[in-house]
Amino acid sequence: MSNNHIASHVEKTLDKGMRYDNRKLLDFRKITLETGVSVNAEGSARVTIGDTEVLAGVKLDLGTPYPDIPDQGVMMVGAELLPMSNPKFEPGPPSIHAIELARVVDRGIRESGTIDTKKLCVKEGEKVWMMLLDLIPINDAGNLMDAFGLAALAALNDTTFPKFDSETEKVDYKEKTDKKLELSKLPIPVTVYKIGKNVIVDPLTDEEEAMDARLTVSSTEDGKLCALQKGGDITLSVEDIKKMIEIGIDKGKELRKVFESAK
Amino acid sequence: MTEPKVKDNDVVVPGEELASGMGYLPGQGTYRDGDKIRANRLGLVHIDGRAIKLVPLAGRYLPKSGDVIIGKVRDVTYSGWIIDTNSAYRAMLSLKDATNAYIRKGADLTKFYSFGDYVVVKIFNVTSQNLIDLSMKGPGLRKLEQGRVITVDPSKVPRIIGKEGSMVSMIKTQTNCRITVGQNGVIWISGEPKNEIMAEGVIRKIEREAHVPGLTDKIKKELEKTNKGEQ
Repeated sequence: MSNNHIASHVEKTLDKGMRYDNRKLLDFRKITLETGVSVNAEGSARVTIGDTEVLAGVKLDLGTPYPDIPDQGVMMVGAELLPMSNPKFEPGPPSIHAIELARVVDRGIRESGTIDTKKLCVKEGEKVWMMLLDLIPINDAGNLMDAFGLAALAALNDTTFPKFDSETEKVDYKEKTDKKLELSKLPIPVTVYKIGKNVIVDPLTDEEEAMDARLTVSSTEDGKLCALQKGGDITLSVEDIKKMIEIGIDKGKELRKVFESAK
Repeated sequence: MTEPKVKDNDVVVPGEELASGMGYLPGQGTYRDGDKIRANRLGLVHIDGRAIKLVPLAGRYLPKSGDVIIGKVRDVTYSGWIIDTNSAYRAMLSLKDATNAYIRKGADLTKFYSFGDYVVVKIFNVTSQNLIDLSMKGPGLRKLEQGRVITVDPSKVPRIIGKEGSMVSMIKTQTNCRITVGQNGVIWISGEPKNEIMAEGVIRKIEREAHVPGLTDKIKKELEKTNKGEQ
């Protein structure tokens, strides 16, 4: 349910170069990142951006590979939008919003090629590691996408393989090996929003509701694009997209610094 | 009469025993359990003669008849509007309580109040089932336009308003903003962007420091300081 008066007020504020919380248009709120927050997950992370707080967890399991890629492991990303984090979220099967969040995070990681899925193979055609990456919001105060993207990367970076007993063919989750999941690149998504003629990042809830269009730009540290996702009802011009990609890559560097400093 | 188990201004948690025996009466936020009086909210104790009551420290809004609140239009029906009141109960604004204008049968009610609109309304009745009847007839009751809407803890609303509105009118004059505070913890602020940020900051500070004595003077000094800094 959008509200015209609330939305136009947000736009008026942005037109004067100001945000509701006294930030500049292209400023992020304060970001914190901590890893190893869950004992039972193989890798986990908690990210806060302002009042927004999310958790990411990686679980490793053994399974049979897909027939067309018998020598590669499997990665799956799922997001569950808990009703406690936002009154708009309803319990039940994943909403379009949840699926979009999970798929865009998935696309960024998958298409950057940061994980060598061939290294997840235990026995070709029979046994591979299945990697389940779960994303959960604790509090949604805007910009879940970028928070999820950062948390996902940090959780993957934190992931340690559990012990695999080749005789009994079972995984002992209590015993962790010192083998880490290797990340060759650091893909980070940044969502750039267009409200009226203004372009902003890291929106608050009110700003999210007032959005005309958004573009999620996932890029790696060498400035290469690995995923894009456009949302919102308004069309974007070629110039808009160029500008937004530039901002996305630029802000991605900023987020990568947060990631590096927490490592 | 036995002494109560707690003193004035003690912090108590739900279920905590406040007094035993029939010498005391359970007031707001307390209940009788056998011959004991217990707290049913987290709050500060106030002993007023024989009555023991609680001033809640936190909690959801409980609708009360006569409260002026800010609600959001959730649904439009044939006979009125369903309003979200930031509480657990359903609220209804019926046609006859919404306007004096003549509305033809079958007219498009979204022309008056549409989905997502914020309205200042008065609660004129709360049924025993906690269903809320709202009215738009009265001074200051209107649809809100052009402003930001923030939500605070409803139990802090009395501090934000202050004695006879002293706190909120001070914020209004110092920040040059138009402000409406709903008893349900929803607040509407409208003014220049930088003034709105200042007003919201001050309201958040009051919310955080509601228990501090001499808060009005402290806030006044702070507002005057920021105002001077800008000139």
